[in-house]
Amino acid sequence: MTELLQQVINGLSLGAIYALIALGYTMVYGVLRFINFAHSDVFMLGAFTAFYSSRALGRWGFAGGGFLGGLLVLVISMAACAVIGVLIERLAYRPLRKRSTLTVLITAIGVSLFLQNGGQMVFGVNPKAFPNIFPSQTFKLGGLVINSNQLVVLGVALALLSALHWIVQRTRIGTAMRAVSFNATAASLVGIDTNRIISFTFGLGSALAGAGGVLYGMNYPSIEPLMGNSPGLKAFIAAVLGGIGSLPGAALGGMVLGFVETGVSGTRWSTYRDAVAFAILIGILLFRPAGLLGRNRIEKV
Amino acid sequence: MPGWLNRSQLVLAAALLAAGVAQFLSNRLDSYVLSVAMGVGINIILASSLNLINGFTGQFSLGHAGFMAVGAYTAAVLTGKLAPQLQPIFGGHVELLFPFALIVGGLVAAVAGGLVGAPSLRLKGDYLAIVTLGFGEIIKVIFQNVEYVGGAKGLNAIPDYSNLFWVFGTTAITVYTVWALMNSTYGRGFLAVADDEIAAEAMGLNTTRYKMVAFVVGAFFAGIAGGLFAHLNNSINPSGFDFNKSIEIVVMVILGGMGRHTGVILAAILLTVLTELLRQFGDYRMVIYSLLLILLMLTRPQGLLIWPIRKSASRRTT
Amino acid sequence: MNRSPSVLRPTIGSFPTSWPTALLLGWLLLAGGCRRDSSPATSSTVEPIRIGEFSSLTGPLAGLGQYTHMGVVLAVEQINATGGIAGRPIELLAEDTGSKAGTAAPLVRKLISRDHVVAVIGEGASGRCLEGAYVAQGAGVPVVSPAATDPQVTAVGDCIFRVCFTDPFQGTVVAKFIRQNLGLRRVGLLVDTGSSYSVGLVDFFRKRLLADGGEVTGEQRYTSGDKDFRGQLTALKASHPEAIFAPCYFGEAGLILRQARELGIEVPLLGGDGWEAPELVEIAGSAAEGAMFPVHYSVRSTSESSHRFIDQFTARFQKPPTGVSALGYDALQLIADAIRRAGSTESPAIRDALKTTRGWTGVTGEISLDEERNARKPATIVRIEKGQLTFVCTVTP
Repeated sequence: MTELLQQVINGLSLGAIYALIALGYTMVYGVLRFINFAHSDVFMLGAFTAFYSSRALGRWGFAGGGFLGGLLVLVISMAACAVIGVLIERLAYRPLRKRSTLTVLITAIGVSLFLQNGGQMVFGVNPKAFPNIFPSQTFKLGGLVINSNQLVVLGVALALLSALHWIVQRTRIGTAMRAVSFNATAASLVGIDTNRIISFTFGLGSALAGAGGVLYGMNYPSIEPLMGNSPGLKAFIAAVLGGIGSLPGAALGGMVLGFVETGVSGTRWSTYRDAVAFAILIGILLFRPAGLLGRNRIEKV
Repeated sequence: MPGWLNRSQLVLAAALLAAGVAQFLSNRLDSYVLSVAMGVGINIILASSLNLINGFTGQFSLGHAGFMAVGAYTAAVLTGKLAPQLQPIFGGHVELLFPFALIVGGLVAAVAGGLVGAPSLRLKGDYLAIVTLGFGEIIKVIFQNVEYVGGAKGLNAIPDYSNLFWVFGTTAITVYTVWALMNSTYGRGFLAVADDEIAAEAMGLNTTRYKMVAFVVGAFFAGIAGGLFAHLNNSINPSGFDFNKSIEIVVMVILGGMGRHTGVILAAILLTVLTELLRQFGDYRMVIYSLLLILLMLTRPQGLLIWPIRKSASRRTT
Repeated sequence: MNRSPSVLRPTIGSFPTSWPTALLLGWLLLAGGCRRDSSPATSSTVEPIRIGEFSSLTGPLAGLGQYTHMGVVLAVEQINATGGIAGRPIELLAEDTGSKAGTAAPLVRKLISRDHVVAVIGEGASGRCLEGAYVAQGAGVPVVSPAATDPQVTAVGDCIFRVCFTDPFQGTVVAKFIRQNLGLRRVGLLVDTGSSYSVGLVDFFRKRLLADGGEVTGEQRYTSGDKDFRGQLTALKASHPEAIFAPCYFGEAGLILRQARELGIEVPLLGGDGWEAPELVEIAGSAAEGAMFPVHYSVRSTSESSHRFIDQFTARFQKPPTGVSALGYDALQLIADAIRRAGSTESPAIRDALKTTRGWTGVTGEISLDEERNARKPATIVRIEKGQLTFVCTVTP
């Protein structure tokens, strides 16, 4: 029983991170209908921004390890990633707006390779130890062990998810985002500046990826330029699992995937973990192609 | 011109002959050039076969490396672990055992293609892409866990049977097959599926069957390419057939111009050679590669090697 | 779907004439592209002795490859500074496997046939060292691996050597250490099935542990590159082991140590020689305290030659060496010594000279190569205390 509860806690913190990254995939897909392969590398940049900014803060006498200091590092990373995301869209994707999805997809792969290899040159290839940006403490409840980092991960993820929900559902720009996602042409006809909305979407999604990178670094304190590959792929699965284009779907998909992975890891089938994740994805797509919470689109001529 | 051969078949025969001659002269080349040349041939097979699926039939598969793995492992087991049982059947002739292993590898890969295709080809676009990606990764994980084929250690000491004759002979056959298929009456069906699936369906085409055929034939050649790769590289490892390998092949197809025979072949040559040439730039190699890729997409998105042609209305679905 | 991939209409019918052109063009590209200028290594007119190296200079195992490479470079620089070998300088041609499987064979083929190296320093990671070893064996060029511990590596053939101990030895040493020195019996195993090194080491460890009356409480698996081991560790914890053996490379090890302590696992954690890298302590932080593993050579060793090596290395690279740096240094020095002893730069002569290496003194200690071309060396068990490797005991073969 203790083991089961422990696995649930482990799954929750992993799932929360997947959910944050998955949201970025799903938002970009919502407005542009393409898979932004570079998203997982923005996630990596988020972790590295946190690494360097917490060092810089420490050097300027800003005592690291405090709760406020941690939040500051988080905000810096999110802001940096938002800027990077907007830049990538502006430089690499916008010139291709009228081109086929595949062209943009390959460009995205190019951007991803560029960030990974450029990252290897700038940050070095060796894994770096991610600093303790939040005070770390371990709590014991009976046989259960919870690390404060896991709680921070959950708390930050929940806060960001609520903030995103508020932005998308309650603000003007959120309404415009939904409009563009629903029908870009119609949205531009009613006077929505689609380019601005797309930039905003990239910024927002990249900020979430940046936050995901920081939380991932806290949870798995070994960061390197290729660190985005595996969680990126998983988050992408999570996004499709939940129904790509659907925000609650991405959150749910991330959680489901986190639980499944942790669950499988504790059994003798642990090395089939990735295969199980993909098998579930395939199963869902075959029986419910729109994903768990996605809308079914009917293809018309 | 003999009556029983048309022009393209003559070209195929000439290409096969050329492969034989090249092999005959190959001892003049150093083994590095030879291996790069064979790498080019293998990549042409991979790109042409994926072109059948992604280009001509308009389905987006991201799992080609998985089928390559199936072929590579099958062929390597046949010429390795099972060789003592098989050699006597061929009277100890390697030149018979190797093509047998290649073909069996291709067939097993084709079966895998069928098994993957049957459920997934109902899906479209990005969904098909992610499902094929998923199957590709599952194939990799399975190989990682099967002790008989070395698990995560992979297979080593695979005999180096691949040579210019086998590689370029197979390349010629692959390119010819894809070309001939697309130029047959039956082949027009693939283009119809790519152009507008719903319209094709309305015209009474069995679109699922066309997609299946493209998938199975594509997987067959990917499997053969895998077999050649295994016997060129002497060792194979599950992690060598991952998602990134699939992406590599997809990039060749897209750079060459989806659904172009020559363009895709040229792209396969160019990218293979480019990767080798960039080696001297050390750390900068992949940075340059990725920048070139982005630049190419920004400036020549229709494919690097496409000359202006009649412009067709792009496919429209709602 | 709104914007599904649009496909340009394929042109058909262009095939018969254009594809031989394509092949021709390809050959031209190849012929033109592969002609590489041999870089002038020295200003002198003396032909340098070319030695190849393939290692993981980038990717997850770069920590292993880079440190090895620095050791090799230091050895080359020292030899060249003192006039080279018989007046000929050494030119080192290093190739990067990117820590990726399937990359080594073509690189070694290139080193041998294109760069005409007379000997090769092998990759430290066993999997890729094996890939390259088959090619080198086929070409008759000797390979000396600094740190590949898989027994299969030197079994490839009479051209493949190593200057480190092997996994059967290492696994036995750790099992013996747990049973006799620590007096523990129940051990949990955590295996990286994506690494031949980890799988092999666990096999040899288990054999010895069971033979010594020990017991395996549970075996959990993961694949290289994983970051989350909480699921596996939680399950292992539930099997109540007295120690956990988790051989892998340092990247995973740091996270395993940290997550194990976070999950309240207090029993001793042990690994293999792959744990040795500064990153282990950096990543695991205080969770690294008490971790134990065998090393080829302790940088705290007392011998004079090893002190000199540490000083020179630190002066050259502004950081202290790790065990693999010393092994890389020894691997190159051993090749140089073999060339001197052979009095020839022909690969077969170097191979034969390597075979007869007995009682050669390197910075990692005295090296004698046995009939299987393996170095017979003792292993040193170290424990991490206050972030430093502390000597525990030496186990001789």
